[in-house]
Amino acid sequence: MEYNVAVCVKPVPDPKHYDKVTIDPVRKTITREGIPTLLNPVDKNALEAALLLREKHSGSVTAVSMAPPNAAEILREALAIGADEAYLLSDRAFGGADTLATSYTLFHGLKKIEALRGGKPFDLVLCGCESADGATAQVSSQLGEWLGWPHLWNVFSLEETGEKAFSIKTKLENGHMEWNAKLPLVLGVARELNKPRFTSVMGIMKAKNKPLTVWGREDLPDAQDTYLGLKGSPTQPGEIFTPDMKRSGEVLRGTPEEIAARVVSVLRANGVAIGG
Amino acid sequence: MHFFEFTEEQKMLRKAIREFAEAEIAPKAAEWDEQDVCPAELFKKMGEIGINGIFTPEQYGGAGIGFVGRTICLEEISRYSAGLGIAVMTHHLGIYPILQFGTEEQKKKYIPDLCSGAKIGGLGVTEPGGGSDFIGQKTAAEKKDDGWVLNGRKCFITNSHIADTTVLTAKTGQDEKGRTKLSAFIIEKGTKGFEAGRKEHKLGLRGSVTGDLVLTDVKISEDALLGKEGGGAKIGMEGIGEVGRAGMSAICVGILRGCVEEAVKFANERVVGGKAISKLQSIQFEVAKIRTAYEAARLLTYYAASLKDAGLPCANEVTTAKYYSTEAAVEASKRTMDLMGGYGIINEYPVGRFLRDALASIPSGGTSHIMQVIMAANTLSGFQA
Repeated sequence: MEYNVAVCVKPVPDPKHYDKVTIDPVRKTITREGIPTLLNPVDKNALEAALLLREKHSGSVTAVSMAPPNAAEILREALAIGADEAYLLSDRAFGGADTLATSYTLFHGLKKIEALRGGKPFDLVLCGCESADGATAQVSSQLGEWLGWPHLWNVFSLEETGEKAFSIKTKLENGHMEWNAKLPLVLGVARELNKPRFTSVMGIMKAKNKPLTVWGREDLPDAQDTYLGLKGSPTQPGEIFTPDMKRSGEVLRGTPEEIAARVVSVLRANGVAIGG
Repeated sequence: MHFFEFTEEQKMLRKAIREFAEAEIAPKAAEWDEQDVCPAELFKKMGEIGINGIFTPEQYGGAGIGFVGRTICLEEISRYSAGLGIAVMTHHLGIYPILQFGTEEQKKKYIPDLCSGAKIGGLGVTEPGGGSDFIGQKTAAEKKDDGWVLNGRKCFITNSHIADTTVLTAKTGQDEKGRTKLSAFIIEKGTKGFEAGRKEHKLGLRGSVTGDLVLTDVKISEDALLGKEGGGAKIGMEGIGEVGRAGMSAICVGILRGCVEEAVKFANERVVGGKAISKLQSIQFEVAKIRTAYEAARLLTYYAASLKDAGLPCANEVTTAKYYSTEAAVEASKRTMDLMGGYGIINEYPVGRFLRDALASIPSGGTSHIMQVIMAANTLSGFQA
């Protein structure tokens, strides 16, 4: 029994540099130029789950990302952590994609990888449940729909119950749900699922010789332009802006009683129920 | 042309070790210092990610990424805990002589366990008579029919109480001119008569263990001899000169980076008179000096490590780097404390620890005076630009 697992990963701005993140007022997307990127933290949990399955059985772990060219860096990291091969889907035509266009592009990327492997399908596709920047948390489910596979989101427990069969727990706001599912599946995993391993120096050295393939628009001939990039993105955000967080202060003077009365009246005027 | 541009692998290494240090070291560093405990259990984790055998070839279980890679590891670890930094650096110092001078059997026997973290390494040279009076050491090894018998005492030995495999030097007679002959031996923890003695209570680099190693009629077999009989001085000096001092320099680069980062954080957050103190020129001057010290120490240290990786002589460059980096770390941590005013002496902030660790780094591997004597001898005898 072997598991061939695809793990979708995304580069996200390093939270240490969030103060430098700006919003492009025209494209209504986050401007990431000049900000160091990281492998989306919860994607590491997805990668860890895939590596554990491969180590327990056999098979392969393939990291896939749709992102700008510099995402090769985070794919190299995925290879260093333990993935066997990596694919970067990168083209101007994919730019400005919302979650639907992203999942569509990833879907065609996965199909092409399967075709290269003689039509052998993946058993499991794992994603982090959401990205640290956009946090829309939609891609894993959309990918499941494109693939026509069952999909579960916010997975925090994954136990094998038989050959390619799992008992799965997903987080809910006030509890959890338990599922019995058979492969193939798409899972959006939560950070509680496992503790990702650290990148090892030996892994970094091995990653040098692992394949990292970059595909552009022409490499996905079966994909239709109308579903790609900004053009293929039905999500049209309204106004996106940085909220004005300025506060104005008012110095209150008078006796304690006068000040207290003023505080109460201001609070009441602002809708705070206070006193009788 | 870029000097000392890290390779892609080295950049990935730095990122990986930084993540490890932020997760596993940063949260506990102050506690290790306060309680003066060495987190020996971390060696297993560090072995898994390749820190322990960073410059050791893969065939012996190492990562084989060289001495620049080792410098990166020590800088990242010591950014948060210079105490753990010196424990790791000494572990490397225990591996290096076996790797460099050991037989194939000795390498296969000892090194894989030292790389994996199953065992911790150490090096014992210094004696109560002084570490830099190398040839004056008194610990003696007497040849017996089936091996050697060792008697004596080593002091100020890092990892003394936690090392499983220690390389140490001992007198094995005199040469034809009457000069002391030293030889090196590999001794394992638990060998009868070989015990850790007094444990030092240190000012800085706490979180590492420093103490005595006492040898009382320690019987070891013939194959515990490392290198040639009489080759101990070269083995000890090469390890200390090119690996030990380079390690201390890298540790102080880590302390210096800590100073820069803490100074920036504090200067931007501390508001006096309605504005952040980073707006004051007097504070900016201090930040500039601290940053310059970090950059200079970094260049000297990584340059020396790159020479070592290239197989070139580097003892003089290492000496310069060690002298500069340790002294610069003392000065920069004092500057950082000054910049922080009263907060600088509060142990909630790590800067007081930086200063204590920097001070303790000066005698480790040879004091600044010894470094200057070596540099002066080298310079006066044949300086060429």
